[in-house]
Amino acid sequence: MSTVVDDHNHEAHHDHKPSGITRWLFTTNHKDIGSMYLWFSLIMFFVGGAMAMVIRAELFQPGLQLVEPQFFNQMTTVHGLVMIFGAVMPAFTGLANWMVPMMIGAPDMALPRMNNWSFWILPFAFVILLSSLFMEGGGPDFGWTFYAPLSTTYSNDSTALFVFAVHIMGISSIMGAINVIVTIINMRAPGMTYMKMPLFVWTWLITAFLLIAVMPVLAGAVTMVLTDKYFGTSFFDAAGGGDPVMFQHIFWFFGHPEVYIMILPSFGIISAIIPTFSRKKLFGYSSMVYATGSIAILSFLVWAHHMFTTGMPVFAELFFMYFTMLIAVPTGVKVFNWVATMWRGAITFEVPMLFALAFVILFTIGGFSGVMLAMTPVDFQYHDTYFVVAHFHYVLVTGAIFSIMAASYYWLPKWTGHMYDTTLARLHFWTSLISVNLLFFPMHFAGLAGMPRRIPDYAVQFADINQITSIGGFAFGLSQLLFLWVVIKCARGGEKAAAKPWEGAEGLEWTVPSPAPYHTFETPPKVE
Amino acid sequence: MAEQQSYYVPPSSIWPIVGALGLGLIAWGAAHTVIESTSDTQGWGSHVLFAGIGVIVVMLFGWFRDQINETMNGLHSDQLETSYKQGMSWFIFSEVMFFAAFFGALFYARMIAVPWLDGASNNVMTGEVLWPEFVAQWPLVETPGGTTTQAMGWYGLPLINTAILIVSSVTCHFAHVGLEKNKRGQLTGMLSLTIILGLIFLYLQGAEYVHAYEELGLTLQSGVYGNTFYLLTGFHGMHVTLGTLMLIIMLLRVLKGHFTPEKHFAFQATSWYWHFVDVVWICLFVIVYVL
Repeated sequence: MSTVVDDHNHEAHHDHKPSGITRWLFTTNHKDIGSMYLWFSLIMFFVGGAMAMVIRAELFQPGLQLVEPQFFNQMTTVHGLVMIFGAVMPAFTGLANWMVPMMIGAPDMALPRMNNWSFWILPFAFVILLSSLFMEGGGPDFGWTFYAPLSTTYSNDSTALFVFAVHIMGISSIMGAINVIVTIINMRAPGMTYMKMPLFVWTWLITAFLLIAVMPVLAGAVTMVLTDKYFGTSFFDAAGGGDPVMFQHIFWFFGHPEVYIMILPSFGIISAIIPTFSRKKLFGYSSMVYATGSIAILSFLVWAHHMFTTGMPVFAELFFMYFTMLIAVPTGVKVFNWVATMWRGAITFEVPMLFALAFVILFTIGGFSGVMLAMTPVDFQYHDTYFVVAHFHYVLVTGAIFSIMAASYYWLPKWTGHMYDTTLARLHFWTSLISVNLLFFPMHFAGLAGMPRRIPDYAVQFADINQITSIGGFAFGLSQLLFLWVVIKCARGGEKAAAKPWEGAEGLEWTVPSPAPYHTFETPPKVE
Repeated sequence: MAEQQSYYVPPSSIWPIVGALGLGLIAWGAAHTVIESTSDTQGWGSHVLFAGIGVIVVMLFGWFRDQINETMNGLHSDQLETSYKQGMSWFIFSEVMFFAAFFGALFYARMIAVPWLDGASNNVMTGEVLWPEFVAQWPLVETPGGTTTQAMGWYGLPLINTAILIVSSVTCHFAHVGLEKNKRGQLTGMLSLTIILGLIFLYLQGAEYVHAYEELGLTLQSGVYGNTFYLLTGFHGMHVTLGTLMLIIMLLRVLKGHFTPEKHFAFQATSWYWHFVDVVWICLFVIVYVL
């Protein structure tokens, strides 16, 4: 049912067709904007990665050798901010831009100009954020969670740059999310009922809701930090009747749903890839939808599990502990369904499937350490140690990032029209898989033995573990250059890809040619 | 699907990236203005900030001109209008959550932080050790650190302002009804009245701030009571300002004959926004002033 259209602009009353640089600057096309989001995210991935390399180099040996402690703190802070707001979230928005309209049979995103606006804010936001590193006194050094009073009383002069950069990142995310949610609700092709939507669309629908609900709360939090630091308010200062713990409540009310913003689209990606390469329908489609919804609802009720050691009433500790553990149930449903999909499937191990399988196993490890951290009494031991660092890197790197890699390898033929170099891609997978575990698995032990996070120095007994970790880190960083190479090589040429390069794939995106024409589904397809 | 009107996908446009540039300049400029004004250094902050605002104004003007031309040329299908309506609704929802952050801060400060500082719950030692003299109360007219102020009453200006905003919501509704029934007189009359009420509200709010600063000694630095008071009413006031501007633009467009009884999304969106601002005020009045 697809309509193949050349990339001319069909609006008769408009005189020019985009070409050259202005095509990218002024575009309203969801595929162009999706590509820009993805490239931006990849650049930020390397920027944030370079900071991680600085961290791992400093931690290679005990003692201070390469960087000043304050610069080390700036590296951990900006690494986190760049990876979350610059790499993972834009990558998902880019994937949504490319795939959601094609998956639901829409001609474009619902609000195409706003779409371009929300993308182009990001480069400005990150130039501002990164520029603060070069100011006198340095950039943000209070951790990406910017707890008060670190971010108020004790922060650098440049904090306002951080605050306003986060403000416009938030505006960008909210506009992006509004676009996705309206596209999904209003632009589905006839017959594409909610319960026929691919799970990537479903998970993004719920993610977009979470974004619209919590990004404004982040804006409120940074605003209060701004006024506390510069205008003499005392929201987070007990002397004025405020409370630093209040910052943590407001921040984590945003921060915990944010965690699911960074993983729900992954669930959608994995739910597309595993059925394709198992040549079976996804097991338990509707339970996947309900599980995603349950996770989203629970995500608003668990924020204080990040704050067990701040001194809450016992009732609150118990409430947040039980609700956090409850999240394991819908997550377990998902993992069960992926495994059940593979059960007796005709499985092949193409590159996207390799990443998806690694996701299922390694994300689950991150989930298990999450359940450990959910238990209040033991959290007192784990809190702010490398165990936490290991936990969230398992869910974010081998979870979110691996799913983005999987998605890239799954849809690259559709985007570029070429098959990528699978030998290189496999090499990328295996080097990443080995190095990422070398990097993050030993961190569990360092943390359990009591090594605190965000400290540039450590006691000598942690030296061996940190050396292994750093070697894994450097290897993982280098492996990602392979990914860049594969992507550039694929964009420039290669074996022509068929409209449906994967035998078992299902969905509207495979009914259009590869590369996908500039405009797809100008006339909506009919979905049976 | 011949019977289905095709969805209008606009051609490439310069305005989004101009808007991004504008926001970038505003963010950079505002940040440097704040840094410079609090550290007594000279710089380009405020110039860049105003340049950014200028760029945004140009962007809004150009973008809405394109938008209005498209609407007038009938390029907007019903489906597109639904997209706009849903987009506006979600935007308002995001605004609700923005205010929720500050209402949440007020709730936490009042119900938890202040009582705990006086030893409530299991914080007896906190009360004993930190500020033994401190007595929990709300409004917090004396902070643990010793800053004193006077509370803002609800009677008088705030009550009048509440009445004004509620009436303006009603007049805004009747303006909308006038538009839908094609009664132009009712439309322009009621809309003008709404704008005037909005302006009076803003004037009285300004007068209230002067009263608070000069007579009550209630300032932004007066501890968490003043903080929540000013940030909540201040952000609300900014929203009223924006809403009034939107209403003025709607009036100009009404006078130009842009709207029909059937198609008037921009008017409807402005009206939703105005009602939203009104609802926020009612919550504010009850929670910040009365209770």
